[in-house]
Amino acid sequence: MSIVAQLIANGIIAGSIYALVALGYTMVYGILKFINFAHGEVYMLGAYFAYVLAKVYHVPIVAAFIISMILCAIVGVIIERVAYRPLRKSTRLAPLITAIALSIFLQSLALLVWGSEIRTFRTGEISKGHNILGAIVTDTQLMIIATTIVLMLLLWLFIKKTKLGKAMRATADNLEVAKLIGINTDRVIATVFAIGSALAAAGGILIGIEQNLEPTMGVTIGIKAFTATVVGGIGNIWGAVVGALLIGLVENIGIWFIPSGYKDAIAFVILVIMLIFKPSGIFGSGREEDIRAQGE
Amino acid sequence: MVEKRLLDIRNLDSWYWPIQILHGVNMHLNEGEIVSIIGPNGAGKSTVLKNIFGLISKRKGHIFYKGKNIIKDKASDIVKKGITFVPQGRSVFPSMTVRENLELGAYIKKGDIEAEMKEIFRKFPRLKERQSQKAGLLSGGEQQMVAIGRALMLRPKLMLLDEPSLGLSPQIKKMIFEKVVDINKNEGISFMIVEQNAKISLSLSDRAYVLELGRNKLDGPGKQLLKDPKIQSIYLGGGV
Repeated sequence: MSIVAQLIANGIIAGSIYALVALGYTMVYGILKFINFAHGEVYMLGAYFAYVLAKVYHVPIVAAFIISMILCAIVGVIIERVAYRPLRKSTRLAPLITAIALSIFLQSLALLVWGSEIRTFRTGEISKGHNILGAIVTDTQLMIIATTIVLMLLLWLFIKKTKLGKAMRATADNLEVAKLIGINTDRVIATVFAIGSALAAAGGILIGIEQNLEPTMGVTIGIKAFTATVVGGIGNIWGAVVGALLIGLVENIGIWFIPSGYKDAIAFVILVIMLIFKPSGIFGSGREEDIRAQGE
Repeated sequence: MVEKRLLDIRNLDSWYWPIQILHGVNMHLNEGEIVSIIGPNGAGKSTVLKNIFGLISKRKGHIFYKGKNIIKDKASDIVKKGITFVPQGRSVFPSMTVRENLELGAYIKKGDIEAEMKEIFRKFPRLKERQSQKAGLLSGGEQQMVAIGRALMLRPKLMLLDEPSLGLSPQIKKMIFEKVVDINKNEGISFMIVEQNAKISLSLSDRAYVLELGRNKLDGPGKQLLKDPKIQSIYLGGGV
């Protein structure tokens, strides 16, 4: 087993999860120019929904996975409708504060319903894993990477080929003009929340299967995925994916040099460095308003 | 030929709360006409177009389109009735290709749009060459062509153009206006144009309205207004 190969593999696995969550941040920001800080909690809800379906109702895991994604899509749409849409015309700070409140509310709700104990999907033994180019990768980890690739391909096809996908890009490009040509931008925004939430749910379920579940699991991932979107250039969909993989890799390779207790701090350091030196991100538009919005 | 009224605006008051922008504006447009609205900055020219297109909610009065009052309609309803709007500035979708921009013009239409696309490419061969480029990378004139082409995709009855020549070079300005006249003659699409450049717009318009501080000031055939001494002194560089 080669340590370098192993660290890279771990980085890609973590990066895949971050990417699934980061997409929701960046798509919402692309249109509404605000950071939905309750997004990490949708990731947590996704994990719990699938857990309850699989463990309590004995739904097969694949079905539980899909149903949970759909449930989270609905949660996302409700969040947008109830918490954000009424604030669309208010100051930028209002939806941000609401998002933070919502994040605390959903965490507390999860704590109330499911309790604070750590839960896990795992029943049997941990599988032995395969040796891939010197790295040991388990079946679950392969599934994480494969699922992420499939979901991203689907997303790519959706936004590139379908009419609604094109309407989504148009709305992100210029919301006012999108309205002028008859696009129902409210419906587009709801769709973006649905898709982003379903992807976050997928990330939550995958990490639930690989590791475990707790009501606060959305907090750290939320910040890391947010960092990924900043690194990639906020509002840029594929930038977020690249940013996520980069964070996953830097974090995992970083712990070769520094104690692993500092692993989570690495993302914060990257975030601060990016915000100081290149706030528009790697693939950012460089548009002044986008950069300003991040400063706020 | 009996003139058929396509659009009739009566006693239109409009606010950007708390400021009243339009005070009892009256205007009309007959089928097949090019009508322009000129006037100094802040006269409310663009506000008239936005009102027709249902983009302003605080208002009073009547706007009849094909005899029906559309004052309660939203932009999404208006598009379906055959009116399209080319807003001020570079109103393309910059990160999307020229072709995608044009496709989106027919967003509310179901079914095949290849015939329309071909037609736009015939009118603007430049756009055909650039169809797979991102619209944001085109020159100002080409972007305006994309915006006009996009508004043509629905084969509208009436097109509203808000300052189509803003920030363009004289040759491109001329080209854009020639296209407008061409489209008007060959396809019978009516135009209502808001324009800073009074000289060009008056010379190509069938009729024109002069607005000042949100009120009707003058109106008449474009060529007649062009000769009007008052207009000459105020808008054509004779005076201030």
